[in-house]
Amino acid sequence: MSSHHKIVTSWNSLWVIRGHLSSRTYLMFALFGMLVPLAAWWGVSVSGWMDKVFMPGPADVLSRTYVWFKEDDLMHDVWISTYRVIAGFSLSAVLAIPLGLMIGTYRPVQAMLEPLTDFIRYMPAVAFIPLVMLWVGIDESSKIAIIFIGTFFQMVLMVAEDVRRVPITQIEAAQTMGANRREIVSLVIVPSAKPALLDTLRVTMGWAWTYLVVAELVAANSGLGYSILRAQRFMQTDKIFAGIILIGLIGLAIDQLFRWLHRKNFPWMYKK
Amino acid sequence: MDNKISIKAAHKTFGEGERSIVALQAVDLDIARNEFVTFVGASGCGKSTLLRCIGGLESLSSGSIEVDGAAINGPGVDRAMVFQHYSLYPWLTVMDNIKFTRQLQAGREDLTSADVEAASGRADALLDLMGLTHVRDAYPNQLSGGMQQRVAIARALLPRPQILLMDEPFGALDAQTREVMHDLILHVSKLEKTTIVFVTHDVEEAIYLGQRVVVMAPRPGRIDSIYPVELPAKRDQDMKLSSEFLQQKKAILHRIRETSGMRTDYELLERMTRQAE
Repeated sequence: MSSHHKIVTSWNSLWVIRGHLSSRTYLMFALFGMLVPLAAWWGVSVSGWMDKVFMPGPADVLSRTYVWFKEDDLMHDVWISTYRVIAGFSLSAVLAIPLGLMIGTYRPVQAMLEPLTDFIRYMPAVAFIPLVMLWVGIDESSKIAIIFIGTFFQMVLMVAEDVRRVPITQIEAAQTMGANRREIVSLVIVPSAKPALLDTLRVTMGWAWTYLVVAELVAANSGLGYSILRAQRFMQTDKIFAGIILIGLIGLAIDQLFRWLHRKNFPWMYKK
Repeated sequence: MDNKISIKAAHKTFGEGERSIVALQAVDLDIARNEFVTFVGASGCGKSTLLRCIGGLESLSSGSIEVDGAAINGPGVDRAMVFQHYSLYPWLTVMDNIKFTRQLQAGREDLTSADVEAASGRADALLDLMGLTHVRDAYPNQLSGGMQQRVAIARALLPRPQILLMDEPFGALDAQTREVMHDLILHVSKLEKTTIVFVTHDVEEAIYLGQRVVVMAPRPGRIDSIYPVELPAKRDQDMKLSSEFLQQKKAILHRIRETSGMRTDYELLERMTRQAE
């Protein structure tokens, strides 16, 4: 077999439908996917096609981030935004998980609450901002309230769905082993749904960051979203870039944290 | 005859009004203590429904099911159940799955250390009986389908149930694994002196395991006929090839075919072959 032929064969084997990649090849493709847009961005910024005011390069963004860190208290903005997200998100989770559990377990609760939740879910959370500002004011609790409104109703429905996905045979097996209702909920439904619940939390955490920015764009005087808005007023495009990328990085870190928790808590899902 | 389970004029309807389906109609049957009864029948004949009613997972529309002369009311630990699949708890190890009933009881009663010891002794004995000792700390999704069903059976047997209800427990296993499981469950039924009610769609399995094969018929679901199995009590796989066995298999298959109302339309197949030529 010629070496040319070999290369063609191994190249083709990468494109098997739902095929497998070695972790090295996977990493190479991942790096490629990250570096290409970065290189394109850098290329556009040095080529001079676009005014630097509108399209700062990676180096400008980095140096602006450094200035922000040194002179403008970047860490405070990161901290206050993260605090708002975690507060709004946690409030959502603390209420949505038991409620979703009830909706997914007991039919009367489902009939009572699910259509209502479905209805509210379609009301855009952003449209509640004026109302929230009237009712809650413009202090911290208003941002937390907006994040709550944005994530809570989705979360309830997703938790209910996770709970409903617990195989009925797991529940019936417990019934035939003499488990009462309380035991079925605490020893079967909750542990069975837990991995899916953690994934639901991971996904809704992403939405919490979206609503944070919305809340800070409208009513705040600190935080990453607020800084992005103010940077626009002063035409600091590099700071807008920096803020957006920072939110992306924090989101990515939290996402990885959730994945790590998943592997740590549910080892049985990863053993084969 | 010493009856363990008495089913009297059992009637079960699903749904309401015109759309309702009669799943069980006038089912009468006595099952003796320590008997191994198998149920076969075309789909929709109500065999699984009947099993679920005995298990207390469904309730009858009318009639009654008695165990030791007392009408049943919901599920109970005296009647253990083994399902076709997805009934194990994937987050628990094999040993913890088997001890699940014990965990329930431990949450309610004050157990003496002797109780706990007896229970773990029982769990160890069942692990041994089912050939699971080497996987006691594994998780269910690390096991083959056959091994998973062994765990499900061991878990069902832990509280020493007098009745074991099995709903196509080997339906998802390959033929070789199934043969091994057949001999295992026969061994268990003798050793544990359990009354076993076993639902299957495999007639061979029904004859090999059962002391009686109950044939049910659909629309409405009812008992059609009962075939006592005349094989020697000590079964072995070669019996499946004996003329006695094959005759009975033929008779039961014919009966199921007649009751199902489904048959191959040879005329149509021939017409299509001619057209293709």
